Amino acid sequence: MPLPTGDTIGILADNLRIRHSVLPISAKSATRWARGLNIPKGARTVLYTGMMYQLIPYIAAMGKAQEGIEDSFLVNFIKLGRQVNKVINVSGFMALPSKSMQESYNRILVNIARLLQQAGVQFGYLYEEELYSGALIYDLGVDDVLKAHARKVYDVFKKYGVQNVITVDPHTTNMLRSVYPKLIDGYDLQVQSYLEVLVERGIEPRSRLDLEVVMHDSCVYARYENVLNEQRTLLKNAGVAIKEPADSGKFTLCCGGPAESLYPKKAKERARQRVEQIKQAGAAAGAVTMCPICYVNLQKAARGEVQLEDISNLLTQAYCM
Amino acid sequence: MALVNPDFVNEVKRTEEFNASACMNCGVCSAVCPMGLELLPRKLFRYVLLGLEDKVLANTETIYSCLLCKMCEANCPAQVHIAENVRFLRYYINKKVFKL
Ligand code: SF4
Ligand code: SF4
Repeated sequence: MPLPTGDTIGILADNLRIRHSVLPISAKSATRWARGLNIPKGARTVLYTGMMYQLIPYIAAMGKAQEGIEDSFLVNFIKLGRQVNKVINVSGFMALPSKSMQESYNRILVNIARLLQQAGVQFGYLYEEELYSGALIYDLGVDDVLKAHARKVYDVFKKYGVQNVITVDPHTTNMLRSVYPKLIDGYDLQVQSYLEVLVERGIEPRSRLDLEVVMHDSCVYARYENVLNEQRTLLKNAGVAIKEPADSGKFTLCCGGPAESLYPKKAKERARQRVEQIKQAGAAAGAVTMCPICYVNLQKAARGEVQLEDISNLLTQAYCM
Repeated sequence: MALVNPDFVNEVKRTEEFNASACMNCGVCSAVCPMGLELLPRKLFRYVLLGLEDKVLANTETIYSCLLCKMCEANCPAQVHIAENVRFLRYYINKKVFKL
């Protein structure tokens, strides 16, 4: 069953409007990663997860439940219908993600927090008050809903006197740094990705990793936010040899993930094309990603032929151990 | 015969960022597009400029298939804001067709 585009977008937009997230997850699941890290609530500088790393395991679980029909996780919502969704939170019917997948995505956020601590950055976190950035709704072009949502996100930052925001993924970085200023008058948050912060702070490696990896740049970092050198600098300083796939750097090939919510089949084909490029660049080396969407999409398509890792795993090994 | 809606471009264009008219139809964008979107952006943008609303609406799937990855933009010689223009089209369709 192909997804009815209008209904799908409608449900996602309704969720953002009513429940402040495209697929609402419990505050407990969203903040679990921060347990035991002693990060203060609020502060002038905050680490903003934007919820992407926490949401992906839920989305993957929905996808898995659908595997037979070869359709996206959203089919579940569509079946229940947009009208029902307005009254009952249909995400209550969401398939539960696997514990191990949740742990590995939470681990990425822990890595990032530890790296920032290691670099001497003082930062807080908004815990259960943190909201999703609305990136998917922006992509789908539902700008009025997005605008109202962006204001809510901004107000939470203001409530805690936040001035600097450190982001963990390219889509959230783009939203807060380049999109929000166009939506909110007087927007004054300084936004940097953690990769940029680590380089700016001159973080020094504690161990050398003598290995090779293939770099999969995120198209949003590369072509929207100009984050291209930081990931290379951090890996090179740690002794990692970087291999570039055929399309790389500024001309990196998209993983196909953005098509997932409406056209999962197309997303899969694109991911497979990128996996082939990565294999040709050096399958034995494994590859690093720096976006949760690239990570999940490429990993699914890799079928175990290439080892993929979030860049923060390698950085933690080199800079924190 | 295609119906012409002379206000179409103004309805789609909400800000000056919509710069479809800068396109010189060279075809580089289609050649590098990972989704193989042959229609996007050049033909679709041309339809918008010509007021051919029906032709644009008949290609909804193409419009929502775009990854907004900007591979096309990074190679476009005329600095057309292709991804942003696509989002403008989505906004228009969301409102007009899907009533969102
Ligand atoms: S690359 Fe730019 S100028 Fe060339 S057809 Fe595409 S949008 Fe037009
Ligand atoms: S932004 Fe859209 S049209 Fe341009 S290359 Fe990417 S998928 Fe193709």
